[in-house]
Formats: sequence, structure tokens, C-alpha cells
Amino acid sequence: MMMEISATRRIVNGFMLTLSGVCTVLVVSVLFFILGYLLLHGASSLNWDFFTKLPKPSGETGGGMANAIVGSGKVLLMATVIGVPIGFMAGVYLAEYSGKTFAFAIRYVVDLLNGVPSIVIGIVAYALVVRPMRHFSALAGGTALGIMMIPIAVRTTEEFLRAVPTNIREGAMALGATKATTIFTVVIPAAISGLTSGMMLNLARVAGETAPLLFTALGNQFWSSGWLAPIATLPVMIYNYATAPEDDLHQQAWAAGFVLLTLVLIINVTARLIIASGPAAQRR
Amino acid sequence: MATPQPQQPQTVNEPLTAPETKPAPPKTGSQCKLTARDINFFYGQFQALYGISLDIPANKVTAFIGPSGCGKSTFLRTMNRMNETLRNTRVEGDLKLDGQDLLGMDVTDVRRRVGMVFQKSNPFPKTIFDNVAYGLRVNGIKKSSVVAEAVERSLSHAALWTEVKDKLHKPASALSGGQQQRLCIARALAVEPEVLLLDEPCSALDPIATLKIEELLFQIKDITTIVIVTHNMQQAARLADFTGFFLLGKLIEIDDTKKIFQNPGKKETEDYVTGRFG
Repeated sequence: MMMEISATRRIVNGFMLTLSGVCTVLVVSVLFFILGYLLLHGASSLNWDFFTKLPKPSGETGGGMANAIVGSGKVLLMATVIGVPIGFMAGVYLAEYSGKTFAFAIRYVVDLLNGVPSIVIGIVAYALVVRPMRHFSALAGGTALGIMMIPIAVRTTEEFLRAVPTNIREGAMALGATKATTIFTVVIPAAISGLTSGMMLNLARVAGETAPLLFTALGNQFWSSGWLAPIATLPVMIYNYATAPEDDLHQQAWAAGFVLLTLVLIINVTARLIIASGPAAQRR
Repeated sequence: MATPQPQQPQTVNEPLTAPETKPAPPKTGSQCKLTARDINFFYGQFQALYGISLDIPANKVTAFIGPSGCGKSTFLRTMNRMNETLRNTRVEGDLKLDGQDLLGMDVTDVRRRVGMVFQKSNPFPKTIFDNVAYGLRVNGIKKSSVVAEAVERSLSHAALWTEVKDKLHKPASALSGGQQQRLCIARALAVEPEVLLLDEPCSALDPIATLKIEELLFQIKDITTIVIVTHNMQQAARLADFTGFFLLGKLIEIDDTKKIFQNPGKKETEDYVTGRFG
């Protein structure tokens, strides 16, 4: 009897181990599968031209996406400029100033904001920026992505500031520093590597957003000057090219997907390297 | 949980009979730096200090001893108003620094004049130099020659200069525990405080590091007034000119250290210093 039970247990145990192991391999291989698939289909378009040339007029083959690569950079920069300071300062307030009950309420609202579908945020940016200015623009796209960055910026800031030990704050205040001075000269520097990497992960998260850009940044076949004109971005370019009839454009869409994914991965890895080399990690 | 607390000190204290006369301020020749009269302190509903009255003489070492939770640290943190950083706390009574109302002063002024060293060393995640310079910089002293001079002077007072003079721009976290605590003392000394409060500064240190800190405290009482909270009675006996004994939020007795340890005026003090406290 005892033997039978232990045999069953061994089989169940072995089954569970195998199942979870296979699922883990699946999870890991999805990323490499996607990367490989993008490379396979987009490789023929991945050349110097892709990074340096403008898209060719419809009907002609060749050309590149230089404007969309730069455009994505510009829109993401604008998003950072809009989203990070607002989210960061709100996070400082949450971590350092607000009372418990109020903090709970704010945190709840921030989490709800995080759950708002990106297309809805796109509509908001459309109403706030595109309609009053009467044209699509990098500013509008940046606003949409910036709003999307706010909730994570708030929570990242709050968590990393809370992780700074109280005794360091007390040390600063005991020397006659005001609360604000303490926060900006001791607490934030102590958390800076976590904050930087948190913001970079936040940026990587919105870098691939397409829906809010469709009717804010719109897209552009040419170079876009300044911040107030419609601008090409990689995700929207992928969307447009993938739904176009020409095979050449499909290949370019694959290549753009590969470039976008690689950019996101680079930001991710850099962010994790920063946090691994930060002062918090050294102290541990 | 919250309701029985306020009564706790009262009920436990009953057999001790509260002192009828206020503890007499130490009889010293020197002037008083800090005077406290009838200090009560509350954490929310819980009263942590009951009518503390005492004088801290200038350029002497005053030690507070007593069992955990007796209020000695709370009282220490009242003297630089550090307790104000905690929510829902309240202080009553009269506290004077050189005759000026300490509780009514600008709080950053108070903390510049009354420095503090904490139980656990708390260097900022900055270089050794920037740690010591921090207090000067936040108080508006930015001139680099003045700052550099003050950093060297403070590190020398804290008996750390020879050990760190070649690595001033290395992170403070690279120092040993004892060095970090001396760095924190140097950091506090840099703003030339009139009073230096130390909250069990040696409790996390080995005997050699402790000895170094005791030696330096003995040296710096020429330049500042020292108040130290300690669990270590030998430390109080070695260091302090005056010793105060706290029990259950009350100051039982404060007097010459010798008298407290050899011929205390109160039974409770005697029980505690002879180890019969139970």
C-alpha cells in the first residue's frame, strides 16, 4: 500500500515537473521565435537603405524608414518630457508627503489610469491636442504616450523612494536640511539608479504602442519638421505597411518590427544593467 | 491594543511612588546649555514622557540610562525636535536652548545648533567628503576652501582624518561600521553644533570601535555639549559627568555620575544600576 502511494506520488511529481518545464521552455522560446520570424521575413529589407532612406512612393520598391525611426525617437522623447516629470513628482508626493488614506486613494486612481485602454487615451490626446490645433502632430502623439507613462512613473517613483531607509532621511534632517532639501539631495540620489531604470522600462513599454498614435501622430511619408507636424513612427508604419497590398511593403513591415523589438530589448537590458550596478545593489 | 496603553505606565508605576520633588538639576559650576521643564510627550494617545525637568550643563557629558522603552530616546529626540518628523505626535512643556524657546524656534535652526548621531550609522550614499560637507552645504556654506577646511577639522575631531584622508572621494559605504559611525559624528560636528545628541551610538559596534568613539567624545566636549543615551552602564560611568535615570517615561533621578552609580538617591535607580531591576 505504502509503495503504491509513493509510486503515484512520484508519477504526479514527475508529470508536474515536466509540465512546468515544458511551459517554461515555451515562454522563453516565444521571444526567440518572434525575433527569428521577424528576421526571416524582414531580412531582405534590412539594409543600409532601411535606416537612411525615406519610404518610396507607392508602386516603387526599395526605400527605407529613416523618418519613422527618427519619428519614433521624437515622439518617445516628447512622451518622456510630458509623462516622466508629472508622474515623478506625483510619486514623490505619494512617497514623502501624503497621509495613508489619501495615498491609498491616489494609488487606486493611478492603477485605474493604468488600466485605461490605450485607444481611449489616444482619443483623449486627439481631443486635447489635435482638435484645438487642427492638425496631427508629434506633440499629440507624445501627449498620448506621455499620459500612458504617468501611472507607471508614479508607482515606480513611489516604490523606489519608499525603499530608501528612514535613517538616511533623519540624518539629513538632523543637520538642518528641510524636508524638500532632504528629498532632493539625499533620498532621490539614493534611489537614482532604480528611478532611471524604472523610467526606461516605462519608455520601452510604450515604445510599441500603435493605437494611440493612429489619430494623434498619424504618420508621414516624409521628414517631419519640428513638433507640430504629422510624424511617422515605427508602430504606425508597421500597421500601414502590413495592411498594404504590396509584398515589398510587407517585408519592410517585418523589418520594422525587428528594429522596433530590438530597440525595446536594448532599452530593457540597459535598464536592468543600470539597476544592477546601482548603489542599492552594492550595499546588499 | 491602543486603549490599555495609556494606562500602562501608571499602573506599573504605582508601587514605585512618583517622586514628590522634581529631580534637582545637577549642581554644576558651569552654565546650563539646555533646560527642560515639565516636558510631556505623546505618540497619539500614548503618553511617553511624564513631566521631565532637567538641566544639561554646557561642555559636559550627560548620559541617560534606563531600560528599553523608558523614554530616554524619545526625550533625546525632543531636544532637536526630531520627533516632529513622526506623524501624530505632541510635545508639551518648556524647553530652552541658551534661554531661548527651543520649541518655538525655526526647526532647521534648532537642528543645526543641536546635532544628532543615531543608533545605526546612516552615511548618505555619497563620498566621504560629501557626507561631511552636507550639513555645511544645506546651511548655505558653499565656498570650497571653507568647506574643505571644515571637513578636515571635523574628521580630525572625530578621529577619522588619518584613516580617510587619502580616500575622501571614495563612497562612504566602503568604510567599516565603526568608521561609518565616526563619519556620522564628523558630519554632525561639521556644522559646529552647540549640543550633540547621541542615541546609543555604540550599540552596533565592537569594543574597539566603541572605545575609539568614547575617546573622541571625551575630546570633543571642549567644543560642544554632549548628551548620550546608552544601554551600557559602564559606558555611562566611563564617559558621563552627569547621569540621568529614566523609568517608564519619568526621570527618576539625575545627578553626578559617581553619585548615581555609588550612592543613588532613589531605590529604583539603585535597583537598576546594581542589576537588581526586574
